[in-house]
Amino acid sequence: MAVSEDAIQGSGAEPRASLIELLKRMQETHGCLSQEVLTKVAAETGLPLSKIYGVATFYTLLTTRPKGRYRIFFCKNAPCHVRGARRVLEAIVEYLGVQPGETTPDGLFTLELTSCLGLCAVAPAMMVGDDVYGNLTPQKAMAILEDYRTRERNEHAWS
Amino acid sequence: MSMRGPKRHLLIPIDPYTLSKGAERVKAALDKALALSNLTDTVRVVETGTVGHHEHGVLLIVYPDGVVYGDVTVDNIPQIVREHLQENRVVEGLVVRDVRIGPFDTRARRVEKQVRLVLRNVGLIDPESIEDYIAHEGYEAAARALTSLSPEQVLETVKASGIQGRGGAGFPTGVKWSFAAREKAPQKYIVCNADEGEPGTFKDRLILEGDPHSVLEGMLLAGYAVGATKGYVYIRGEYRMSIARMRKAIDQARSKGLLGRNILGSGFDFDVEVREGAGAYICGEETALLESMEGKRGEPRNKPPFPPQAGLWGMPTVVNNVETLANIPLIVKNGASWYRQFGTPTCPGTKVFTLVGNIVSPGLIEVPMGITLREVIFDIGHGIPRGRGFLFAQTGGTTGGILAAGELDVPMAYDTLRQVGSGLGSGALLVVDDSNCVVDLVQNFVEFFNHESCGKCTLCREGTGRLLEILHRLTSGQGDPRDIDLIRRLSVNMKRAAFCGLGQAAPTPILGALQRFEEIFREHAESHTCRAGVCRMRAEVAA
Repeated sequence: MAVSEDAIQGSGAEPRASLIELLKRMQETHGCLSQEVLTKVAAETGLPLSKIYGVATFYTLLTTRPKGRYRIFFCKNAPCHVRGARRVLEAIVEYLGVQPGETTPDGLFTLELTSCLGLCAVAPAMMVGDDVYGNLTPQKAMAILEDYRTRERNEHAWS
Repeated sequence: MSMRGPKRHLLIPIDPYTLSKGAERVKAALDKALALSNLTDTVRVVETGTVGHHEHGVLLIVYPDGVVYGDVTVDNIPQIVREHLQENRVVEGLVVRDVRIGPFDTRARRVEKQVRLVLRNVGLIDPESIEDYIAHEGYEAAARALTSLSPEQVLETVKASGIQGRGGAGFPTGVKWSFAAREKAPQKYIVCNADEGEPGTFKDRLILEGDPHSVLEGMLLAGYAVGATKGYVYIRGEYRMSIARMRKAIDQARSKGLLGRNILGSGFDFDVEVREGAGAYICGEETALLESMEGKRGEPRNKPPFPPQAGLWGMPTVVNNVETLANIPLIVKNGASWYRQFGTPTCPGTKVFTLVGNIVSPGLIEVPMGITLREVIFDIGHGIPRGRGFLFAQTGGTTGGILAAGELDVPMAYDTLRQVGSGLGSGALLVVDDSNCVVDLVQNFVEFFNHESCGKCTLCREGTGRLLEILHRLTSGQGDPRDIDLIRRLSVNMKRAAFCGLGQAAPTPILGALQRFEEIFREHAESHTCRAGVCRMRAEVAA
């Protein structure tokens, strides 16, 4: 794990500027910002671990815990809510058997509530990984997730 | 007149909606069909930004014919290529009539009421081509300013235009700039606030993705006016496409000498970088944004000093919204009095709105300031679907005020909405039909604030949590008549004493709803009933 000190300390007037971007990159490489990862960042940048931990836990896109292979970002803000998001979310919770914030036992999905995805014109909406789905109904949402499961099973069958 | 190059352009708007409807597959099929028909020399396919109409699926616009095809699938491609492109016959069955892009003719009410200044190029040009932007008079304002206007003249023009910041607060842009201009400092900054997180708002994303150079040109002009040589675009981390497009636009501008050192030989230096957000609504607050840019938790700063005096790294910094900046090139190019012909005397210009919720035609619109809510909902948005009635509208996103049926004719502008306890905010316009329950929705708003409170001040951190508890009691049939008064007192105190805009604005929709629908709150609190049947009352279950 190589952390360039320059990347964070920068030069002159702009120290720390890219700490957030650095943490994002570390998360991409390691899956999450575990205690081990954060300790190394602290050691190599000279920033206090407490400060780094503070940043790592402040932002939604940064996570200190491992996530499932597919992160489901489900929007329940008002524009989705008035178009039936609650029923869709209930169906997903029942289908996956986990509550928002939790990961399925097979490690495939992590269900997360998110703030507005800017997809309100096709509300209710969710993202699964980088894929966008709109105009959801309980049935449609379950079919989408079932699709991921099937694909996963097939990949395993062939490997 | 002989014509070189392509005779026709086929525009495909690419945005999250069209992508989810298969726009990429349609484009691939089109490329293939054009190659097979030997049309690649005369027809150019252009991926554009959104046109703001999301009810027509994948669109295909034939230019210069001005024909707009809607709900296009891969299967339609051979027919369109054969009949329209080869035989010059419009495929009538696929034409949609209420979409307007750029100069095209239109017959629908939806578009007659729109005035597209900020969105002038969105959907019309290839956002990844600086040449396209330049061909549509792009960078003309910058060239004129840098070669024949003084920074003071640019500043005066923006001041005289009367434009107010489009991020939510509506502070006069020229006045903000003048604060930074008068500071003496070794370094000043222009920051474009593209950390759009307000529920219901996606206008900035579609401006960034549809016309990134207009934002860059606005930043360049701002830098020239206030004496800043460095700019940052702070973009919400979730907006992958916006980030990529803006980075590309910056590279192109740099390679053309429109960013960097000694721009157009004027002696003026200005460069721009993208900074990615990491998911925190509070970072849209300008001082929290600056903290985040410095690599810290995005918690708001004490004001004063305000950013134009001491912002990023303590240096004078102008923070402007995407839409504000996209207006600037037009104002500088055409002058303040030209700009003032749009909108109202106290609130000039246009406003980009996202129309969401229970509405027939949701999407992105641009209208002159002063248009009424009724016109927007019923003429442009085509009303409320499934024959339901209008309950209320919320202007300005989740922090915005509530307008009931009696207020449909209030003109939409900063000053007029303020008079009814609302605001334009970020431009989200949420329409709610009467199948919804106002108490349940207020609980939804508060869940959002509670999640997004940064935790710095007690009033917001604890206040949103307490409000949520009380509202949960009301919506689950365990309310108490005293709860109404508790909500009101807590909200008033938060509004008065919270540290930053988030905590101060959070009570706006709560108090607005309580003022207009108090009897519905009372029903929940006293008789444990929900007339809309949305809240699941324990009392009902027991009965």
